[in-house]
Amino acid sequence: MEYIQILILALFVNNVILSQFLGICPFLGITNKITTCIGMGAAMMFVMALCNLITYFIQIYVLNPLHIEFLQTISFILVIAALVQMVEIILKKVSPPLYQALGIYLPLITTNCAVLGIAILALQKNYNVIMSVYYAAAIAAGFTVALILMAGIREQLELVDTPEGMKGFPQTLIIGGMISLAFMGFAGLV
Amino acid sequence: MNLKYFTNGLWKENPTFVLVLGTCPTLATTTSGFNAMGMGLATTFVLLFSNIFVSLLKGFIPDKVRIGAFVVIIATFVTVVDLLMKAYTPGLYGKLGIYIPLIVANCILLGRAESFAQKFSVFPSALDGLGVGLGFTMALTSIGCVREILGSGSLFDIKFVAQDARTILLFIMPPGAFFTFGYLFAMVNRYKKGQ
Repeated sequence: MEYIQILILALFVNNVILSQFLGICPFLGITNKITTCIGMGAAMMFVMALCNLITYFIQIYVLNPLHIEFLQTISFILVIAALVQMVEIILKKVSPPLYQALGIYLPLITTNCAVLGIAILALQKNYNVIMSVYYAAAIAAGFTVALILMAGIREQLELVDTPEGMKGFPQTLIIGGMISLAFMGFAGLV
Repeated sequence: MNLKYFTNGLWKENPTFVLVLGTCPTLATTTSGFNAMGMGLATTFVLLFSNIFVSLLKGFIPDKVRIGAFVVIIATFVTVVDLLMKAYTPGLYGKLGIYIPLIVANCILLGRAESFAQKFSVFPSALDGLGVGLGFTMALTSIGCVREILGSGSLFDIKFVAQDARTILLFIMPPGAFFTFGYLFAMVNRYKKGQ
């Protein structure tokens, strides 16, 4: 039951982009085609789940026993950067088709604050290791939903005549606001 | 004394309205003028010191590992800010929460280290860090003030409507962040086109 609750919270109620504002850059930047969004979402889910797994062990078996919790930010960001590089290299060798599909999104993910943010949030919530990985996957699914919704609207919007000053970034923000407004309707669902 | 390094970040290359970097804290922490300003100043502190140290160490860092080295320098000062704010401004720290450690993932910092601090000497780098940081603070504070006035009927925590008056609560909720940032951005665009 708790698993379903986490999934619904992550998908709709506390959507990572629309209500927590983590990982906004790809939402506003790359969302032009639905297929790109699915690729980005898949890469994100893979990296986030792996990061949560590794940061969990670092926190429990390295930082906590040595009482160096204040090094959390430094150690996590280095682990994430190294991990993304490593995933990229391994994928290139082991599975070229998957690398072709995800490859271009991986460097973008290193600087995505959602990865670090979710790793820290999962630890704050005191999840165990399985919950922590599941939580990351659920959050990434919510991320993908928001990205796809945005891309669907923007594909249509290319045909619309908008005022000069609103073109580009501002109109994307306003649409983001409207999607976010719609998602507020899910509040109280769980 | 070259003041253009300082003023560059304030308006011409404003990180929020021109370069569009660091949108996550811009949307998330601008629920009131004070929160936004606190976030902006925390980022400015990190930016100032990371720029200074990147500039000081640029001769020692091998080119191949520079990004990793920059990230460590930035993360160090983020930890400093994190601990300082936890100790001296616990109220603000509680409100900004996760976004303080996330300064490390803000692309403004790595962007300035990569595009400015590693090419210039210490003094211009410090000025650049301060200018860009204050430009970011200014943008965040303006968004925060608009949201606070509309959403809670106050400005910097001074209430100017009746205690039980109805305000447009939407503006301090997530959608309000998108709308306020969007319209302010459009206004800045319009102004720049008019010039």
